[in-house]
Amino acid sequence: MVKVVFTDHAGSEQSVEVATGVSIMEAAVSNGISGIDADCGGSCSCATCHVYVDKAWLGKLDAMNPDEDAMLGLSTDRQDNSRLSCQIRLRDELDGIAVTTPEFQF
Amino acid sequence: MSDSIVNEEIDRRPESKWSMVGKDPYSMPLEKIDLAHPGIWQENEFLPFLKRLREEAPVHYCAESATGPYWSVTKYKDIMEVDTSPHIYSSEPTIGIVDAYEQFTIPSFISMDPPKHDEQRRVVQGVVAPTNLKALEGLIRQRAQTILDGLPIGEEFDWVERVSIELTTQMLATLFDFPFEDRHKLTYWSDVATAIPGGGIIDNNEQRWAAMEDCLATFTRLWNERINAEPGNDLISMLAHGEATKNMPPMEYLGNILLLIVGGNDTTRNSITGGVLALNQFPEEYDKLRSDHSLIPNMVSEIIRWQTPLAYMRRTAKVDTVLNGQQIKKGEKVIMWYASGNQDDEVIENPERMIVDRPNARQHLSFGFGLHRCMGNRLAEMQLRIVWEEIMQRFERIEVVGEPERIYSSFVKGYAKMNVVLHPKKAA
Ligand code: HEM
Ligand code: FES
Repeated sequence: MVKVVFTDHAGSEQSVEVATGVSIMEAAVSNGISGIDADCGGSCSCATCHVYVDKAWLGKLDAMNPDEDAMLGLSTDRQDNSRLSCQIRLRDELDGIAVTTPEFQF
Repeated sequence: MSDSIVNEEIDRRPESKWSMVGKDPYSMPLEKIDLAHPGIWQENEFLPFLKRLREEAPVHYCAESATGPYWSVTKYKDIMEVDTSPHIYSSEPTIGIVDAYEQFTIPSFISMDPPKHDEQRRVVQGVVAPTNLKALEGLIRQRAQTILDGLPIGEEFDWVERVSIELTTQMLATLFDFPFEDRHKLTYWSDVATAIPGGGIIDNNEQRWAAMEDCLATFTRLWNERINAEPGNDLISMLAHGEATKNMPPMEYLGNILLLIVGGNDTTRNSITGGVLALNQFPEEYDKLRSDHSLIPNMVSEIIRWQTPLAYMRRTAKVDTVLNGQQIKKGEKVIMWYASGNQDDEVIENPERMIVDRPNARQHLSFGFGLHRCMGNRLAEMQLRIVWEEIMQRFERIEVVGEPERIYSSFVKGYAKMNVVLHPKKAA
């Protein structure tokens, strides 16, 4: 199992434990974490699963593929640590990863 | 919505030999099925044709039609594949089934491919981002309240005209901070931009250009007013003061304004009407809603799925390709029937029902997916949420009387007229 820590835009924190292989988006949705809509169900084609990844964890992630980069380009509040959470698969090395959800998904 | 380039050709009139109205969807030859003909859409007979294609020919070639040959894609997952492969399926030259008359096209990013699409969209999308919409919510709500409070109780009237059109027009006026008394011009320009010459609104393309020039002149005047004033919350002020937008060439400004007006007009209007119709068809859902208003946001997504205000978007194959076993050649038209994907029971349970508390209601195709996913989707949802919150404060029931009249179009899925009677909430 891998732990994921979600913080919402107002600062309140919730953690969940999920199996490896699951995406951060799925971890959120299956545990009722609000702030992630995931309208496309994880196909990297809606950008409504946008999260900010804690800088300490950024380096451990696989690089973004061009589709994710392009979809994030549609977001108005993209930052350097923005990722689409459906594109991050949980591995043992990511145990404890911390992400913040934006105020709005767009 | 459509843009200036979606032209429903005049020779596609109801009595045309291409019409499938009144025909049995299962006994006609598969290859004769022509979803693009507007007849079955106006007569509300389209569902069994969509079902047959999903079952027997999910990627279907129609070789002969009033609009030329085209492919119909009807399954949810195939539509998703087309929508998310812009390098194979292009949005150029147009997203309507009829090819554009080039000289009468005002460029907008809905019919552009990356990288140009992405650059242009990025410049304007901030104006309809949720952060900005928050600032407009109060005024939009007030105006909705005024319209609803002015409606007759217990007496038959046309909901489309008195509510759906009026609300949508006022909401557009609010967004642009457009002179309120001139607001009907916005609807007129939207109608003209998409009208078929000879179809009642305009007689020829010269008239279209005259109206578009008036539109550009009006918005240029507003731009000049706003640029000389303090930055405001309205879309024009944001464009005029925005770093990335303030040097936009006039035609690009017009293209963007029109895309926002046209995009937000029929789609939202028909969702407002469609919601009322759906609650009348499924009274037990109306009961659920009455006992729990917190279902409104979920219901809004479900209404947008159930209505599917835009039946399709077109792509054009950029290369030879294969989709679900079918060979598609470079240059061929590929129509993604959102109206069918949203009825695909492999993905959506009991799709013909509007279920206010449907799980995963947001996972519908009505806004498209991928890079062209509807830019106004949060705005549309906000507008519908406000309208329904205000409706539920006031009326016990909106009763639909008789059958609505539907629009003659296979693209804009909506209503020309729908009579209703309002029943007020009993005093608590
Ligand atoms: C329920 C209401 C609405 C529906 C069902 C709807 C549907 C759609 C669809 C299906 C597309 C995809 C186009 C494609 O893939 O080629 C689209 C694009 C677009 N819509 Fe909407 N729309 C709605 C409301 C609005 C509103 C209120 C606006 C006004 C801001 C708007 C503005 C746009 C724009 C600008 C695009 C082009 C996006 C792009 O090409 O990147 N829409 N819409
Ligand atoms: S769920 Fe749609 S992009 Fe991640």
